[in-house]
Amino acid sequence: MSLRRTMLYLPGNNPNMLLRGHLFRPDGLILDLEDAVAPSEKDAARILVRDVLCRGEFGGCEVTVRINGMDTELWREDVAAVVPAGATGLRVPKVENPRDIRLLDEYLGEVESHAGIAEGRTAIFCLLETALGIWRAYDIATASPRVAALIPGGEDLTADLRTNRSADGTELATIRSLLVVAARAAGVDALDTVYPRVADDEGLRREVAFIKQLGFDGKSVIHPNQIPIVHDIFTPTEAEVEKAKRIVAAARDAAARGLGAVQVDGRMVDKPVVRRAEFTLSRAGLSGEVM
Amino acid sequence: MSINAVGRHLPDAIPGYGPVKPFQGAAARVPEGHRDGGRLRAVYGGKDKVLPDLKAAIAASGLQSGMTISFHHHLRNGDHVINAVVDACAEMGLRDLVLFPTALFGVHKKLIPHIKSGVIRRIMGSVNGPIGQLVSEGGMEDPVVLRSHGGRPRAVTSGDVHIDVAFVGAPTADRYGNISGVGSRSACGSLGYAHTDAMYADCVVAVTDNLQPYPISRISIPQHYVDFVVAVESIGDPAGIVSGSTQITRDPLRLLISRYASQLIEASPCFKNGISFQTGAGGIPLAVTAFLKDAMKRRNVKGSFGLGGITGYFVDLLREGYVERLLDVQSFDLEAVKSIAENPDHIEISADWYANPWNSGAAVNALDVVILGATELDRDFNANVNTEADGALLHGTGGHQDTAAGAGLTIIAQPLLRGRIPCVVDAVYSVTTPGEVVDALVTEFGVTLNPRRTDLVEACREAKTVPLVPMEELVDRAKKLTGPMDPVVTEERIVGVIEWRDGTVLDVVRQLTPRK
Repeated sequence: MSLRRTMLYLPGNNPNMLLRGHLFRPDGLILDLEDAVAPSEKDAARILVRDVLCRGEFGGCEVTVRINGMDTELWREDVAAVVPAGATGLRVPKVENPRDIRLLDEYLGEVESHAGIAEGRTAIFCLLETALGIWRAYDIATASPRVAALIPGGEDLTADLRTNRSADGTELATIRSLLVVAARAAGVDALDTVYPRVADDEGLRREVAFIKQLGFDGKSVIHPNQIPIVHDIFTPTEAEVEKAKRIVAAARDAAARGLGAVQVDGRMVDKPVVRRAEFTLSRAGLSGEVM
Repeated sequence: MSINAVGRHLPDAIPGYGPVKPFQGAAARVPEGHRDGGRLRAVYGGKDKVLPDLKAAIAASGLQSGMTISFHHHLRNGDHVINAVVDACAEMGLRDLVLFPTALFGVHKKLIPHIKSGVIRRIMGSVNGPIGQLVSEGGMEDPVVLRSHGGRPRAVTSGDVHIDVAFVGAPTADRYGNISGVGSRSACGSLGYAHTDAMYADCVVAVTDNLQPYPISRISIPQHYVDFVVAVESIGDPAGIVSGSTQITRDPLRLLISRYASQLIEASPCFKNGISFQTGAGGIPLAVTAFLKDAMKRRNVKGSFGLGGITGYFVDLLREGYVERLLDVQSFDLEAVKSIAENPDHIEISADWYANPWNSGAAVNALDVVILGATELDRDFNANVNTEADGALLHGTGGHQDTAAGAGLTIIAQPLLRGRIPCVVDAVYSVTTPGEVVDALVTEFGVTLNPRRTDLVEACREAKTVPLVPMEELVDRAKKLTGPMDPVVTEERIVGVIEWRDGTVLDVVRQLTPRK
């Protein structure tokens, strides 16, 4: 299971950022062909992003591309350019219909087969930026086995809800909870929207603590300085890691001896607790310790 | 023709400079003989050294055409003194003067007409911006001589350069010549670069815009070195003299580099109680200081002193007990100016004390860590801070050589590219600081250690916190990102001589051939 604590947006028309984004060590990159690029620069950005993808120098980051919306003429060209060049995921804006995901799935199959890429390699990350998209979240997430994550919108979504974005995110609280439920039910990741106030480290810290508690797997970030803050909150503490290690070891031991019940620190531990401990270890980058 | 220790071919003598002593190694040259000295003079009686204006002081000083005049650069880009003195010299018909500043700034481009008209024949010191461009294109008869902040007082005390008249811009002075760097709107804090000139010049003129009754307090340069005092309306623009409070950068690339540099320091053997450091005022060095402070707090390490150009950030370190003392040769901002006036642990030091290799031990010798920049660094870790990628002479040496030579851990921290220009190359265009005194390069790609420092390689591997990148990989990466650079095309004529701090020649800078 790959970590997606942070996925960093990089403007698709900025070679400097595209070449260096991975140096800030986010878990993933989003090379953006949509909102960051002016209409007149779409072709140039697509070529640039394709060439940067071909270089293949992204450290250990998961590399995705935000393509233009499926309500535009551009999305097919985007997909045809970036998938053969090496993008392993596509972030699709304004998804509100499972049919679109099925259409994309089909087209991806063609592009992959044409490029000699294993079919099904390219994952889909769905941005749900309208009330309708949120309402259909589960159906969207299950429209294709390629769907890897659901992500709520920020500004667009609050506009569609006829409200605006507040500092404490009251208007998004229910949306976020709904999205976590849908993602979990569909077995995909729940990734949060960006925190737009790039100079407000404390505000970001509060929001990340909140969305982590809701159950999110990570957050989209728009500035490299946000990465260490998000990682800090998503990384388990030493005590949490130690406890998780003890639980996993005890479960492993019990399984080897054919025992059902597991005891750790004098308390009985059931299966969900073991699963959570395994999850804690994987977040700490210790997946090897997971059974 | 000879080849020096960094492999540069040098002529035996350079017109306008004289015989060349090739660089032999960072600590190879041992001086002989005794110190030089200024003219002996006796003043019996008298209570007032004030003259009516600059021209009266120039006349009284005995300054003649062809002589050497010196200035300090504590007023930085706000300085009015150099331009005013040279204007007055020109009006008095003096010619062929040798300008010996501790540094020049953009504001001194007003000297260009005086260079063209022959009032100034020669500059010994850093040439920046427009004057650097002029020199690079062959606009001066004699080559400029680039010396470090320690090499300059060495040249003065050893007699390589004799100062006829030192004009000392004085934020405060009294009528009998005591000078202070604080106490007025033109306050610049430390007057460290002016001390040696005042002690060794044949004549010293204090130029002030805050003339006070005798005697003033907080004296930097005492009356017994000063011959005349002139009051002028303004010695400088306060906005150009010191900056406001200095902010830590939020540029993510610079923060990343700073974090790696700080992690390298933390992993190194010098990160322990008593650590001393110099980090200067640039974006990266300041951020390194901030990260280093976090590390010191986390690991409960207390430092001994901060050195060099001092900022408000260092003042905070002193106030909060992270260092015991500040040794200040130059105060960069208002906080530093305020602190040096009030805090006895914030100590003014001269450039001689700071960095001269030819005295009984300079402050840089006690330095553990220094963070520096460079326009280029090469495979041999040689650093260039004097010339740009197009071969133009645009930056002074500053304390680069001295702190690199003195510090236990010398770190060059900068992005791999500046725009499309690579900062890491096969061979630097000019050698300012030899690779033998550079220990590490930190870029956004990680830490590149000089293989000579096996102890650091070991320490970093053990700490596992810093990504290590071999030099070869870095050079290749830079080449791949930028493509090949056009070579610099020059004439044979030498327009600049880069001295090592001991007076030997590291490199020469040749006149640029005009681009077609």
